[in-house]
Amino acid sequence: MSTTTPLLQISGLTKAYPGVVANDDVSFDIGAGQIHALLGENGAGKSTLVKMIYGLVKPDRGDMRLRGNAYAPVQPSDARKSGIAMVFQHFSLFDALDVAENVALGMENPPPLRDLATRIRDVSEAYGLPLDPSRLVGELSAGERQRVEIIRCLLQDPKLLIMDEPTSVLTPQEVDILFRTLRKLSEEGTAILYISHKLEEIRSLCSEATILRGGQKVATCDPREKSARALAELMVGQLLTPPERAARATGDVVLQVDGLSLKSNNPFGTSLKDINFALRAGEVLGIAGVAGNGQDELLLVLSGELASPSDRVRLLGQPVGHLGPNGRRGLGLVAAPEERLGHAAAPDMSLTENAYLSGAGRKELVKNGFIDWGKSRDFAESVIARFDVRTPGPHVVARALSGGNLQKFVIGREIEQAPAVIIVNQPTWGVDASAAATIRQALLDLAAQGAGVVVISQDLDELLEVADSFAALNEGRLSAPRPARGLTVDQIGLMMGGAHDLHAPEGADA
Amino acid sequence: MILGSIQPAVLIAALMVAATPILLAAIGELVVEKAGVLNLGVEGMMILGAVAGFIVAVQTGNPTLGFIGAAVAGGVLALLFALLTQVLMANQVASGLALTLFGLGLSALLGQSYVGISPPRTPKLDLGPLSDIPFLGRAFFSHDALVYVAIAIVIGVLWFLKYSRAGLILRAVGENHDAAHGLGYHVKRVRALAIMFGGACAGLGGAYLSLIRVPQWTEGMTAGAGWIALALVVFASWRPFRALAGAYLFGGIVVLQLNLQAAGVKIPVEYLSMSPYLITIIVLVFISSGKARGSLNAPGSLNRPFHASG
Repeated sequence: MSTTTPLLQISGLTKAYPGVVANDDVSFDIGAGQIHALLGENGAGKSTLVKMIYGLVKPDRGDMRLRGNAYAPVQPSDARKSGIAMVFQHFSLFDALDVAENVALGMENPPPLRDLATRIRDVSEAYGLPLDPSRLVGELSAGERQRVEIIRCLLQDPKLLIMDEPTSVLTPQEVDILFRTLRKLSEEGTAILYISHKLEEIRSLCSEATILRGGQKVATCDPREKSARALAELMVGQLLTPPERAARATGDVVLQVDGLSLKSNNPFGTSLKDINFALRAGEVLGIAGVAGNGQDELLLVLSGELASPSDRVRLLGQPVGHLGPNGRRGLGLVAAPEERLGHAAAPDMSLTENAYLSGAGRKELVKNGFIDWGKSRDFAESVIARFDVRTPGPHVVARALSGGNLQKFVIGREIEQAPAVIIVNQPTWGVDASAAATIRQALLDLAAQGAGVVVISQDLDELLEVADSFAALNEGRLSAPRPARGLTVDQIGLMMGGAHDLHAPEGADA
Repeated sequence: MILGSIQPAVLIAALMVAATPILLAAIGELVVEKAGVLNLGVEGMMILGAVAGFIVAVQTGNPTLGFIGAAVAGGVLALLFALLTQVLMANQVASGLALTLFGLGLSALLGQSYVGISPPRTPKLDLGPLSDIPFLGRAFFSHDALVYVAIAIVIGVLWFLKYSRAGLILRAVGENHDAAHGLGYHVKRVRALAIMFGGACAGLGGAYLSLIRVPQWTEGMTAGAGWIALALVVFASWRPFRALAGAYLFGGIVVLQLNLQAAGVKIPVEYLSMSPYLITIIVLVFISSGKARGSLNAPGSLNRPFHASG
């Protein structure tokens, strides 16, 4: 679709924060009804750019024109009034409020809640996104939560819909539904600014792409005409090497879980139901699943933060279910949870202190009942050096590190302890491509040295890259692990959706 | 029989009076906490309201002006709390405790020359024939206006939180301040207004003590009522009507144990005096336990400082 004046013209937008230029002279146009991709690594300035369009951040320089008229939103309600709506990456929803209330909060002049409920039903059916207006958002799945956000936008009849990494929490089937909705919207004349770093998605969905790197625009192109590799290299600015996988023989069972059930102590959490798996030395077990299907609980019960009957979890043949994290660490099981700040690392403590907190036992950082600071510092420094953590030194507090650097540190800290088993949850969430490659390579290297590795992740590409065997969590149940080789994305999607009969041998199609 | 000397109608009437100060303070704090702010300064705002209301009423001879003065004083002290916690980003718990200590000290200073004076009498509200109904009239319809104002505030807060758009925004700010900010709501402004409403309510509650319930000014006369109000909010699971029930339960046991003391029951006075606190908390713990109900209703951003980030 082409029109004479583009819907939104962006020219010379610049925004600097202390110490970093988030956007440097960025210009591009979005046509009416166009699905326009905004592509870039974490920290490339995508979020800052859309926040300026949505009125959350004020640009230092540059201007925007909407349908030819000057457009300078001071706050999000200005943007909404001008017909610009946004679906956030980390959902802007309120768990304890119901769907209708959440929708009302994102609208300028919402009708009374009862009328709104009917309109939500109408719109959700029209776009194939079923949703019950009276349910509490805290009880919804990630895909349903995203529907709430989308419907909230659609009720305002937007001209431009901004979507910030919408598929990172969806199953492949949910992604299909989303894309169908977006294409339908585009046909109806709604432009979509689609932010992502998933190249295949962009190539199948978008007709134009603007690529940002380090805050600057490096190219605007038609993504359908470029290969994913060419786009990736534009985005990263260097050649990428995928992690190497040496073919390796697996050894004895190092971690065995039998019939493990656990009630979640969080009202919005997911209880684990009858989890069974066996992990062998040298094996990487990938556990997929959409967020909120028991990943956090599984990590907690494996790491020892939640206790279980002792014989449900066996480490190297020994029952450890009753042991806490330090007891299990002593026996060789380490873990790195998803939440970097506040769970994996204490935000206001230095890297040395954080290194000590996890490595005290295995690295023998205690001498005569006192902390051996010299040794702790050496340990932190060795992690920093080996995993290329960009920081002035081990005295820096964890909070000051960027997400990717801190992630390299907390995973490296566990790997350096030469564990027999390591459990990681979302090891590369919010980490740029080169740091992610380092982390995955380190996990593979550890497995090659004979450790058992459990990777819990929502990123299917990541799991297919590192895992030898593959299982999916759905509503707290774990499917039986199957060999990762030969699995298709469709099969994985069905496993994630809870089709548990899939572990029959291949060929026995459902 | 000992209990024969206690008249139910008088008991109920006294109960409503005893409960009103705590009810006012609790309903104010409930709104504050629903906006995601924990203000532990209720006791301080109450006692400042008590002394300010007393001074204004004595000086002007008009108890109505006294109550208005008390609400303003409580609101101003709360504004100080809002400035500390919302603008200067001070820790809410520490600021609240400081506010209580400051209020207690300041009120003692201001009230020095008012000890032993009687305030002007607050008239009972004339409800005409309603007050003449046997039993009911004596129990429910022969009170001063503030008793009914307190109930009206509870109903108003319930309606506001449940049905009004402003109330929805306030709950949203308390539930997830980052998301509310992302949608373009003014988190700090909403919180500052809620804090001031809480202060005004606490001030009214304090003045009710010094102008009607006691009525006199003595140093430290709130005697922990602010803390009971705080506990009430949590155990009422942030629901206005439960706060009302809890306040009346507390008031009822206060009055009952006073009557029992007067009737000479052979239980040591200390046990009787502690019974209202003990029983109220035990009952509310039982009400709010079970099915993790209470924690579901707790505002998600309670006591978390909000930093607006680009």
